[in-house]
Parts: sequence; structure tokens; C-alpha cells
Amino acid sequence: MTTCTECGADVALHDDAEAGEIVDCTTCGAELEVIDVSPPVLEKAPELEEDWGE
Amino acid sequence: MAATPTGDVDVDTEAVSASIVGASGFAGGELLRLLAGHPEFELSQATSREYAGKSVGSVHPPLRGTDLRFSQPGDLESVDVLFTATPHGVTMEHIDDYQDAAELVVDLSADFRLDTEAQYDEWYDGHSCPEKLDVAQYALPEVNRENLAGADVIASGGCNATATILGLYPLAEAGILDGADVVVDVKVGSSEGGAGGGAASSHAERSGVVRPYAPTGHRHEAEIEQWLGQSVSFTCHAVDMVRGASATCHVFPDGPVSNGDLWKAYRGEYDDEPFVRMQAGGSGTYRYPEPKAVAGTNHAEVGFELDASNERVVVFSAIDNVVKGSAGQAVHAANVALGFEETAGLEFAGLHPVGSP
Repeated sequence: MTTCTECGADVALHDDAEAGEIVDCTTCGAELEVIDVSPPVLEKAPELEEDWGE
Repeated sequence: MAATPTGDVDVDTEAVSASIVGASGFAGGELLRLLAGHPEFELSQATSREYAGKSVGSVHPPLRGTDLRFSQPGDLESVDVLFTATPHGVTMEHIDDYQDAAELVVDLSADFRLDTEAQYDEWYDGHSCPEKLDVAQYALPEVNRENLAGADVIASGGCNATATILGLYPLAEAGILDGADVVVDVKVGSSEGGAGGGAASSHAERSGVVRPYAPTGHRHEAEIEQWLGQSVSFTCHAVDMVRGASATCHVFPDGPVSNGDLWKAYRGEYDDEPFVRMQAGGSGTYRYPEPKAVAGTNHAEVGFELDASNERVVVFSAIDNVVKGSAGQAVHAANVALGFEETAGLEFAGLHPVGSP
């Protein structure tokens, strides 16, 4: 178990999570990159620049 | 039945009987739909002058096959819980009769939402039964749960007010609204105008509009200010949806606010709420609250974004105006008042994909 860097909610990683993997926080929906797994460390994942057309 | 006796309604013995006054309108129809599928309630009567004698399914298609016909309001019988989905002014005129007929009255109109007669003088056309205002409890459990148990009269909130209050309440509780300037813009669907409709509601006129219908002075401001303890500048648009209310709230706080402050405020209020989903720019196609995502449900989506360069917090809130903004809120409040499971009868989580709500 670790913590979302955006909203502070608990984030549970699956057992075979690997560094570099992208997970999402079920509370706020933020995409998070797994930096390390032991102990688990998350950072906000780099966002794809997206043109929402608005 | 798992519930324990609460207030005057004996919920331990058998199904709790419920009737609806004004059941042919949109909110009344949603009440029928929700109560027909509720594990604790047993529908007794649904009144409608216009459709008396006809089956409820003849007016509300989802209820086709339901063995219940509309009754005349004058034939109302005693019942455990009476839901009133009548136009503004009716319940305040008949509240004594309704309370004689039922231990708990849950009103969906604006008649008992405000605390004082002076508010009704200012925002409505006065009140004919002001002595009962003290008795009534505002329905929205997210802000008034602790006062619902054992209530005799419950007043379901207005849809625009519900969307706005849910969006801003965590900021009010955290003190972030203290001294802040707040501008609220709500977009609503056509069902808010009710099943009756007028010239402006005909399909030809209503289709495609983005119509400011209450640029200033909307009556729901009174409810919003009552629950936030803060005046707001409120504008409402009628847009081309059937269901849905979407509030965009621009908050200019009096001091610096961080993203962490905002998450602490929102998670503190809503982490344990069964009907509030946070949607604050995370990931996926739907990054912020969206009426489509809650259509037909009792859920609210709430989210925000910090605009540091303009010292602004923009808050979004989306609900289904006829469910979370009316009938679902009423059933949720009745669940709380009677000690039922809060989510009983309200578990539907929505559809995806889905068209215009």
C-alpha cells in the first residue's frame, strides 16, 4: 500500500507491479508512475499533451 | 427487516407503506420507479387528478406492468410515509392533512426547504404555514444527515441548489469560502421545467438552446446561501439535455489555497459518502463531472481544478436533476430517517456509453 501523490488516498499496487508501470488512483483518477516497488514509490505520470479541441 | 425502529414509523414489523401525491409528473414518476424497486417500501397509492383510474405505466413507461393505478388526491388513505411531488405552494396548504395521513412527509417542492418565513417573503410569495418550518429538515444527507433520523417532515432540495451545494460544501466546511467571491453557473436539462411545460418548453423552442433563464435572483440562491453561509452570484442556463444539472463554480478565495488543501477538504467530506464520486482531472475520457455519467442515478460527481495564476478554484458538480436533485434525494433521506440501509433502492450506478441524458 502506498499513497497517491495527488489526493493522498491509499493506492494498493498489485503483487507483481514493476517500476515504470502506470497505475491510476481509484479515488481521484490520477495516473501515477511506479518509481520503485520496495518500498513502493509513486510519482504523477507524465501527461500526454492532448488537444481536447476546445 | 434489518432496520431498527426510528421516529414514529415502526419499521420492524413489515414493509413500510408509501404513497405519492402528485405522481404523474417527472419527479413523481421517478419516485414511483425508485420505490417500486425498493426493498423496504411497499407502494400504496399514487395520486393524480388528471390520470385518476389509469395505470401508472400508462404515464411512466418504465412502470408498465406495475399493478397500480392513479388515485384522486381526495381518496388519499393513511400510510407510513407520504411523498409529495406537487407544485410549489400545495404542500404548505395541505401539510396538516398530509401529516394526519402519514407519520413522515417527504416533500419535493420548495415549500419547506428554507428556515424562516422571512426567507419565503424575500424569495417566494410568502408562506401559509410558517409554524411548520421549524419542524422540517432539509433532505440532502451529505449536509444534514444527523438531523434526519426521526424527522416528521423532510424537504428535498432544489436540483440547482443540490448541485451547487455539493460542489461547494467541502470548501465552506474547510473555511476556504470565508471572504471568498463565488460565481456559480448551472446548466440544466428540460425536465427541470416539469411535465407540464409552456411555450418556451416546446421541442421547437427548447431544442438546441443555451438559454440564460435566470441570470440573477434565482430562488435556489436562498437554499445555497442557507447551507454554505455565504452569498453566491448565481446564473442558470437551460441547455439541450433532458436530464442533468451541471454546476461550474468559480471561487476566488481570500487567501492562498493549495491542491493539497483542496483534496483534504473534499476527501474529508466525501470519502465515506455512498453517493458522491470525485472526478478531478485524473485520467480517462471523463476527467471532470459529467451529467451523462450520473444520468438515472442518485450519484453526484464533484471535482475541481486550481487556477493558481488567477487565484481561482473552479469547482464542477454534476447530478441527475430528477434523481439526486429530487426523487432520489428524497428516498435517500427517507432511508436515513427510517434507519434503512442508505443505499437501499438507489444502487443503480449509471450507463456507459449513453447518449444525451
